[in-house]
Amino acid sequence: MDIPYTVKPREDTGLYNAKLGIWLFLASEVMLFGAFFSAYILLRVGALPGTWPTHLLNIPIGTVNTLVLITSSITVVMAWASLKLNNFGKFRLYQGITVLCALIFVGIKSYEYHDKFTHYEVKLTDGKVYNGHISGSPMFMNLAKLTTGKTAVKEIQFIPDPPKGEKHAAHPEPITIQVAEIKKLECYGPFHSTYLAIYFTMTALHGLHVVGGALVIAYLWGPGARMWRTDPERFTNRIEVSGLFWHFVDLVWIFLFPVLYLL
Amino acid sequence: MSEHHSAEEIKKSVRKYIMVFVALLVGTVVTVLANEIHFSSIAMTVFVALLIASVKAFLVAGYFMHLISEKKMIYAILAATAFFFVALMYLTIWSLDKGSLIHIKHVT
Repeated sequence: MDIPYTVKPREDTGLYNAKLGIWLFLASEVMLFGAFFSAYILLRVGALPGTWPTHLLNIPIGTVNTLVLITSSITVVMAWASLKLNNFGKFRLYQGITVLCALIFVGIKSYEYHDKFTHYEVKLTDGKVYNGHISGSPMFMNLAKLTTGKTAVKEIQFIPDPPKGEKHAAHPEPITIQVAEIKKLECYGPFHSTYLAIYFTMTALHGLHVVGGALVIAYLWGPGARMWRTDPERFTNRIEVSGLFWHFVDLVWIFLFPVLYLL
Repeated sequence: MSEHHSAEEIKKSVRKYIMVFVALLVGTVVTVLANEIHFSSIAMTVFVALLIASVKAFLVAGYFMHLISEKKMIYAILAATAFFFVALMYLTIWSLDKGSLIHIKHVT
């Protein structure tokens, strides 16, 4: 039995079913991300004066990631146009670039996450506070791990950040901190501050969408492309639907970038 | 976008896609440069950043997602989405007003 309206539009909606389905799904996605943007506004406006960190993230890296996603957006739509022009070879090329862009985006995001998981705030018993990296760049280190078990040590080598506003200045010399003098040690993970909690929540949710979309696009680029030989119009519609999802992922990032990196 | 296109229509669309792509790249650079400008108030900074983002979003939705020439059914779905999205944002901003019924008191 054939599934109806995979190619031919329905008389009542004027659309093939998958297209109606993806737009209904995207409508629900708008509300999902809308809820997180709403939470962000409440947390930011509700923060005590001077406690909301700004410019904690690397703007050039975020800009590059934005450009990567925009590039992937045009390659998706060019892939669809190539199929409409009956040029399967170009479709393969464009969608291949899309998958590559998705991998680059996720790779850069992973680098950013790793940087935060190895970046620490150390509070000492005498009241001094240092921000920077522990020598060896361990992830998710804390005071309990430094004092017990296999990771226990008596002192750590700490590389402080350059003074604020002097990003290009040379790093200060590493300092030795006695573990007994540490009151609190915490990396810049989602538990470190309200800002980082909402940053990781929103970017991880977005990242999951990137991975999900890339998997679908990669499938249609690889084994799923067999349909082009048997049912090219239906295959072209599949590419359009996956493309609509991908553009939505790009749209969300267009707002996430200024909100989380710049404001 | 209508479901049947001539090769000529698609070729015209491709030229538009390339122009939109260039506009999006420029928009991204403008977003970052605007961040270097110190506006008179935070509200103005937020307004400018969101205005540029909205223009970019319009270009993606309008041209890459073909929303400028879609079927009425899709416009109906998006109108309902926009209504609920605006309502959500209105409730969010209303809750920040100390005199409102839904104001959330912060415990310090």
